[in-house]
Amino acid sequence: MNAAQEISPVNSSPRRPVDSLDTPVRVSPEGPAPVVAAEPPKLTVKNLDAWYGSNHALHGVNLTVPPRSVMAAIGPSGCGKSTFLRCLNRMHELIPGARAEGTLLIDGQDLLSRDVDPVTLRRRVGMVFQRPNPFPTMSIRDNVAAGLKLNGIPGNHHEIVERTLRQSALWDEVKDRLDASALSLSGGQQQRLCIARALAVQPEVLLMDEPASALDPIATAKIEDLIHELKERYTIVIVTHNMQQAGRVSDQTAFFYMGDLIEVGPTEKIFTNPSEKRTEDYVTGKFG
Amino acid sequence: MPPPSDISAPAAHSTPARAGNPGDRAWGWGITIFGGSLLVVAGLILYELGRVAAPSWGQLGYFKFLFSSAWDPVQEKFGALPFIYGTLVTSGVALLIALPVSVGLALFLSEMGPRALRAPVAYSIEVLAAIPSVIYGLWGLFVMVPWLRSSVEPFLQKTLGFLPIFQGPPIGLGYLAAGVILALMILPTIASVTIEVLKTVPPSLKEGALALGATRWESIRISVLPYARPGIIGASLLGLGRALGETMAVTMVIGNSPEIHASLFAPGYSLPAVIANEFAEATGDVHVGALAALGLVLFGITLILNAIARILVEAVARGPKGSRA
Repeated sequence: MNAAQEISPVNSSPRRPVDSLDTPVRVSPEGPAPVVAAEPPKLTVKNLDAWYGSNHALHGVNLTVPPRSVMAAIGPSGCGKSTFLRCLNRMHELIPGARAEGTLLIDGQDLLSRDVDPVTLRRRVGMVFQRPNPFPTMSIRDNVAAGLKLNGIPGNHHEIVERTLRQSALWDEVKDRLDASALSLSGGQQQRLCIARALAVQPEVLLMDEPASALDPIATAKIEDLIHELKERYTIVIVTHNMQQAGRVSDQTAFFYMGDLIEVGPTEKIFTNPSEKRTEDYVTGKFG
Repeated sequence: MPPPSDISAPAAHSTPARAGNPGDRAWGWGITIFGGSLLVVAGLILYELGRVAAPSWGQLGYFKFLFSSAWDPVQEKFGALPFIYGTLVTSGVALLIALPVSVGLALFLSEMGPRALRAPVAYSIEVLAAIPSVIYGLWGLFVMVPWLRSSVEPFLQKTLGFLPIFQGPPIGLGYLAAGVILALMILPTIASVTIEVLKTVPPSLKEGALALGATRWESIRISVLPYARPGIIGASLLGLGRALGETMAVTMVIGNSPEIHASLFAPGYSLPAVIANEFAEATGDVHVGALAALGLVLFGITLILNAIARILVEAVARGPKGSRA
């Protein structure tokens, strides 16, 4: 899975300086840091290390994500940002030989500990993948309800399906064909369906692994708009190759390089006035 | 027409192959002959079977031959039904036993099993496939049949004896014995094709299910199995095709009695078994013709099943309808 990430084109990142103030800024105007500082963080990561076999992929990452905010993880291919994301819901455990050590707290509860069942964790931390992956044999409705059925939530899922599809801005496009195959949707619609599927079980945190990298610009814009709406309710961590996208959607940005978390801070600051030389070189397109 | 320089140059060397190059044309004709010869052979087999079978089948009456259950070569009574019945019942029993075991094996090998165990289990499946059928038959006759007679059949009778299929004296030799042997023999086929089918399931689907909080089994149930279903059906039909045509092992344990019984404990007969047993000693043209007609029936059944299997396996290789991947 990490291999797939390596293949994705690095040059999708812009070669010229990104000025997030120049692009239509959707970063909350009042600046995110003061607003969220009062609340305890939703996600706290302390000394997170990850290995693939003997390859030390992530070195002692420390950061916090405030509730109802978007954190973007950026960095060149192989920098560890996807590994970081996968550790947050322990999807890294699916890769043979992969392991992670450290503390990962959600609302103060450690989720990396052996006592915590990854299945339980994943119901609290939803994930959207790089390529839309709806269940191909299921209808649109069943895709959204899949997580509900897994959780044994009884009864008629109509209401939840409708609410979730509205939340993911897909309802108007699919309300007349809920029983059609999920594969009858376009790529962008499929991705929003996958977001709906993740939201239906009401996770607290939503992880997005380059959710728009396989989509065209219009579908990408819809996903970005959606992220803005979703952050009213959810805490979102998004990995992206596209620095402009990070500038548009996130409140905070974390820059990873060679397995190290180089710098994390308010998105505006990372893109306009980073403290680290390497961050500046990356966001201004000197490498990457 | 190719330019003269092409004719003088050896086709395989520096000059890139071009349509119309004589070497290419000769090669093309050559492989067409090889490919076509297969069709010719299949056609000839069919023709020859039909030629031998037609007079006696016609004389016996096509319908009567297929649906009569009397088989008495001495009185020239030939009915195919006991053999068709025996073939279908033993193959059906085999499939019922082999399918769940094979799918379980395939899931074990491709999804869930401890990595250290996978290679030895995969190897044993290959070994199972390599055992000659006469060995299966011998093992069946001397080991399995006595065991069925003394343990399995009395047990089934005691627990499920209210079902007609588990009534009657436990003889050992019969439909059940043939079915169990066939199950062992088709298991490698179904398991190995199912493993290949499971490999075509995109990992992203499993991840999608796991990320929703599915357990490994739930992920298999909601993402892997639905995707692989057509292919698994195809795999079972391939196995079924093998079971229908299996001769030696079945002949040794089915009991070779041209009768129709509801009970699985009773002895029966199958199409390939009767052909193998009686062909050498068939006396009259009618007898030989009737056996050839049984061959045609078997040919027809396997042909239809293989066609269905092909369609299903190709359907899963293409992915579900409307897939954009």
